[in-house]
Amino acid sequence: MTAHQPSVKATKIAGGVHTDQRHDSAHKHVTGEAIYIDDMPEPRGTLHGCLGLSTVAHGKMVKIDLAAVRTAPGVVDVLTAKDVPGVNDISPTGRHDEPVLAEGVVQFYGQPIFCVIAQTREQARRACKLAKIEYEELPFVVDIGGLDVEKDKLVTPNLTLTRGDAAEAIRKAPRRLKGQVRNGGQDHFYLEGQISMAVPGEDGDVTIYCSTQHPSEVQHMVGHALGVPSHAVTIEIRRMGGGFGGKETQGNQFAALAAIAAKKLGRAVKIRPDRDDDMTATGKRHDFLIDYEIGFDDEGNILGVEFTYGARCGFSSDLSGPVTDRALFHCDNAYFYPAVKAVSAPFYTNTVSNTAFRGFGGPQGMIGAERIIDEVAFATGKDPLEIRRKNFYGTTDRNVTPYHQTVEDNIIHRIFDELEQSADYDGRRREIRAFNNNSRFIKRGLAITPVKFGISFTATHYNQAGALVHVYTDGSVHLNHGGTEMGQGLNTKVAQVVAEEFQIDIDQVKITATTTGKVPNTSATAASSGADLNGMAAQDGARQIKARLIDFAAEKWNVEKDQVVFLPNRVRIGNQEIPFGELIKLAYFARIQLSAAGFYKTPKIHWDRAKGQGRPFYYYAYGAACAEVSVDVLTGEYMVERVDILHETGRSLNKALDLGQIEGAFIQGMGWLTTEELWWDAKGRLRTFAPSTYKIPLASDRPKIFNVTLADWSENRENTVYKSKAVGEPPFMLGMAVYHALTDAVASVADHKLHPQLDAPATPERVLMAIERLKAAR
Amino acid sequence: MAKAQPRSEIRFLLNGEEVALRDVAPDETLLDYLRLRQNLRGTKEGCAEGDCGACTVLVGRFLAGKLIYESVNACIRFVGSLDGTHVVTVEHLKSSDGRLHPVQRAMVDFHGSQCGFCTPGFVMSLYGLRMREPNPTDAAIEKALQGNLCRCTGYEAIVRAAHAISDYGRASKDPLLAERNAVVARLTAMRDGVRVEIGSGKDRLVVPASVDDFAKLLNDEPTATVVAGSTDVGLWVTKHMRDIAPVVFIAGLEELKSISEEKGVVTIGAGVTYTEAFETLAKRIPPLGTLINRIGGEQVRNMGTIGGNIANGSPIGDTPPPLIALGASLTLRRGKKRRTISLQDYFIAYGKQDRAPGEFVEAVHVPVPKKGTHFAIYKVSKRRDEDITSTLGAFLIEVKGGVVKEVRIAYGGMAATPKRASAVEAALLGKPWNEATVEAALGEFAKDFAPLTDMRATADYRALAARNLLVRFYAETTGTKAPIQVSRAA
Ligand SMILES: Cc1cc2nc3c(=O)[nH]c(=O)nc-3n(C[C@H](O)[C@H](O)[C@H](O)COP(=O)(O)OP(=O)(O)OC[C@H]3O[C@@H](n4cnc5c(N)ncnc54)[C@H](O)[C@@H]3O)c2cc1C
Ligand code: FES
Ligand code: FES
Repeated sequence: MTAHQPSVKATKIAGGVHTDQRHDSAHKHVTGEAIYIDDMPEPRGTLHGCLGLSTVAHGKMVKIDLAAVRTAPGVVDVLTAKDVPGVNDISPTGRHDEPVLAEGVVQFYGQPIFCVIAQTREQARRACKLAKIEYEELPFVVDIGGLDVEKDKLVTPNLTLTRGDAAEAIRKAPRRLKGQVRNGGQDHFYLEGQISMAVPGEDGDVTIYCSTQHPSEVQHMVGHALGVPSHAVTIEIRRMGGGFGGKETQGNQFAALAAIAAKKLGRAVKIRPDRDDDMTATGKRHDFLIDYEIGFDDEGNILGVEFTYGARCGFSSDLSGPVTDRALFHCDNAYFYPAVKAVSAPFYTNTVSNTAFRGFGGPQGMIGAERIIDEVAFATGKDPLEIRRKNFYGTTDRNVTPYHQTVEDNIIHRIFDELEQSADYDGRRREIRAFNNNSRFIKRGLAITPVKFGISFTATHYNQAGALVHVYTDGSVHLNHGGTEMGQGLNTKVAQVVAEEFQIDIDQVKITATTTGKVPNTSATAASSGADLNGMAAQDGARQIKARLIDFAAEKWNVEKDQVVFLPNRVRIGNQEIPFGELIKLAYFARIQLSAAGFYKTPKIHWDRAKGQGRPFYYYAYGAACAEVSVDVLTGEYMVERVDILHETGRSLNKALDLGQIEGAFIQGMGWLTTEELWWDAKGRLRTFAPSTYKIPLASDRPKIFNVTLADWSENRENTVYKSKAVGEPPFMLGMAVYHALTDAVASVADHKLHPQLDAPATPERVLMAIERLKAAR
Repeated sequence: MAKAQPRSEIRFLLNGEEVALRDVAPDETLLDYLRLRQNLRGTKEGCAEGDCGACTVLVGRFLAGKLIYESVNACIRFVGSLDGTHVVTVEHLKSSDGRLHPVQRAMVDFHGSQCGFCTPGFVMSLYGLRMREPNPTDAAIEKALQGNLCRCTGYEAIVRAAHAISDYGRASKDPLLAERNAVVARLTAMRDGVRVEIGSGKDRLVVPASVDDFAKLLNDEPTATVVAGSTDVGLWVTKHMRDIAPVVFIAGLEELKSISEEKGVVTIGAGVTYTEAFETLAKRIPPLGTLINRIGGEQVRNMGTIGGNIANGSPIGDTPPPLIALGASLTLRRGKKRRTISLQDYFIAYGKQDRAPGEFVEAVHVPVPKKGTHFAIYKVSKRRDEDITSTLGAFLIEVKGGVVKEVRIAYGGMAATPKRASAVEAALLGKPWNEATVEAALGEFAKDFAPLTDMRATADYRALAARNLLVRFYAETTGTKAPIQVSRAA
């Protein structure tokens, strides 16, 4: 693209913060010119890898016969565990429980055992099928139902949060009840699957183009597996075709194998698993089984709560520790518990190791909170909305969380008030009652649910970021930061920040691929932190250069520093204005450094896991959704009739992008709780490993009426980048409104007297079976 | 007929260029051809099984003498089936001066892309829609996008863009339209009416010149794989890596594409796609039209045939149960010999059909329900659109003087084959058509069906939902005003 001549008369730059910039790659997306890793030109002689996966859920490998694989057409090499030159481990948390390739024992159906390297991808895939592996099958655990946190194997130490004496509060409460709710896992279904291409260099170095949210970790893991220092490994990623948490740690395996093969064979190696293999061999959202016991009064005030959050973690720890921790951090959602005890149970299972997924345990945590609210509502015969309001956190009191952080920025009351009005909750509640009375086969349901989501990595050290800003002598800017672009528009937002700082049009700022060679030791682009962290780091970089420019100009033109003001595409120095590019040129000749490494670390946060106390979150993001559904009581089929959302992103950096995040996250959250079902057969084999069997929402699953509003009055009370708030994950949990509306519709068959105990995903089948249970019990 | 020398190259137009390929493998997919051989990497692979739409391209072809463009899944479309067509990929949309096409502009302005990986596929699907319906309704947009998955946007922005496309320039000024005459001329020039044959012996692909040529070929080589729309066979290759050669591509045989009606019987040629069948069926047997709109996505309907759905013999194919309920028959042909059997008898057991080696399906004959009968089809699936059936019930009933005179009920997903509910029918026949009769008939289901549990549904759910579909059918025949199904209509 030819950059236009920046206007030095403009009153505002093009593309500053708080403007609706398009995604920087939008033109390239629609023309097919955006380059994903599989679209890059392959170096001459590039080879292709395919993973050989286990066919049993748990077993000792008694015989591995790969002879036919090795002699298959096109096969160049077959890697097994013994070909890993360094350590055969890619456990991201250092627990040493996740081999690159299985050795001796396989622990889940689909675990990688070997890797075929062939001339073509097709040949590699075909050769894989020829392996003959004999197993001595061992007992396996797939389901976590019935597992006990005290007795059964955990993949990582669990966490307990306590405030007050929950058992005592429940015992003393006028009313009590106990229950259990189950929610399923979720496949990320990023449209671009996992992929890595490793290119060997000199000195034994290797560069890997990897679709990853966490280049620095891939770098460390590959170094570890190769047995070389990190400086010998460079990771680069321009863009992913979706990540959603599925590319936080799950790219490590493919990158490590591609790198091992590339180094061994001295040729570029690409591994792009088929969708079936991707869905079989990579981790997903954790399924949870939540036990709860609550004490409450006749008015519906919650007095005490005890939770156990059991999670299906799979065969290794991966990120299950922090995921199950975050589930506990959200067992309150937006509600104050006078006394609470919450225990996590990260269970070992013979399934793929579950991993990060948008919300990172938070959504599952909130499922527990919203379930107990519903239970209390049914028990007291009140509208769940009333129970929600009653138990919300206060603003000045009743505002301490189960982890002893004080909620200082609570705006859920205002969000609820406005949404209840705009969605006409009361009016529609009446209409629905009338409709249901006259409709035998179709029942409607309505629900409104809140979201309060904690922002920051709970591992405090992750809350840091770096950026690299270069200003070239023509005044154009090269921007690089540690965050990765997966569709969320992070690069656009960070470029807006830099444009704003320098007061130059956004097309003067070039966004470049993320690489470990430019910004080191980065954190994953995760936890919704991308813009918060990298935006601040880039701002710091820009400000350093600006400070030097101001010093230079003040001295050269002999004015006070405050007489140097950055205006759109120009700088006012005393009484004169010169174009930005002009100043840069002069600064260059005066030997001013025009490059800076920016850095940021989130203030105020700390967390003592052993005590279960601290301030893990810098701030909270809030929102609420109101959903109406119709349900067919003969088949359990349903339709989402209308959804209204009010969500806040502080002072939004870019409302257009934020709106896209909210809409997309909502639909993804709805999918998790409705049609997206993972199903294992009796032999522990996952049978939903492709879009033909695993059903994410389609355009025709959207709410028929979908009103999404940003709470534009909101402003972050903390000092975040231009007072904005994170948006990646919080709106995912707005999808809960649909789940609760389904519960409401089902409940109507027993006149809202019995709680339907609807589990998630609420497939038509689960909905119908819940209806049948209520019909039988009424 | 096949006297003329066979041609040993596949010829088609790719965007603006004519390609003539002599080295096509029988199972080479269009997607691999585009990405690996042509280096056209705008078309993406998301699943390689026809379910995600990331690989969507348009294929232009003659239908009843007119050039039409349809969206297809390049991942399960074989190159061998493209002879005489015009393949249009996303790279062809931008004009030579770099200006974006209206579909692309709308997608940019309405923030229709986030990660962008699904985007070329959406652009192509929306382009296909625009050529048919320049000002589409919500329903038309949703239908056109049933075969496109997006994990990022939640679709709202894409639908907004779809509505706005017409504001970016008139469809009548579309670039493809401008080159239309030239394309027609070039495609016409390619047609020489001869058989295409590439490779030798077993490792060979053939595009027969005519149905007679096809019949002879299959009779001589009964082990050849017949490929119509490749929406089933494509997956044998991409997912199961089965060796399918030799392959016979029959999608281009015009003679298998006729739909006609005589004496109340609609005859559908085996090569008729869902899209081609839609108009007639929606008019003559409306529930079939509604059902078609829930089979696969648009791309699959543009390729897949009813003949293939039957021939494939799957117990979860959607068209056999309603066709059985309607009393359809099937014409099978081997060489010059034809026989016509009742469709119901075609399905013998799981994976076993009444089709002799060398025989192929030529046509299916579907009686239009008589006046005064009720006919309904209910498909139940986990996700409403583009999903495989958990259970599907088809009901045909004639009630005279309040009494059931005739009844035919068939289900899919409930047994190893599409199957009649004989015991249920017996409980209804000759009885007054009322709730008590229906109630009594519900008890008979267990005699007819012992469904399985799998990833789509449990046996219990299948059994219960199947019974309840009869309840729904009864309610529908009573003409109740209250809704009996959830609906997408606003
Ligand atoms: C994404 C996707 C979604 C789908 N959704 C559905 C759905 O909702 N409902 C449903 O029922 N199906 C569905 N299918 C399956 C498929 O679309 C249908 O079965 C389709 O009708 C097959 O037709 P085809 O022309 O593509 O057959 P092909 O794949 O070309 O062939 C299928 C089989 O029939 C044989 N065959 C084809 N034509 C003849 C003939 N004339 N004579 C003899 N044998 C022949 C072939 O040799 C092969 O064995 C879906 C498929 C995909 C990929
Ligand atoms: S790649 Fe998914 S439909 Fe073709
Ligand atoms: S934009 Fe990412 S999948 Fe559609």
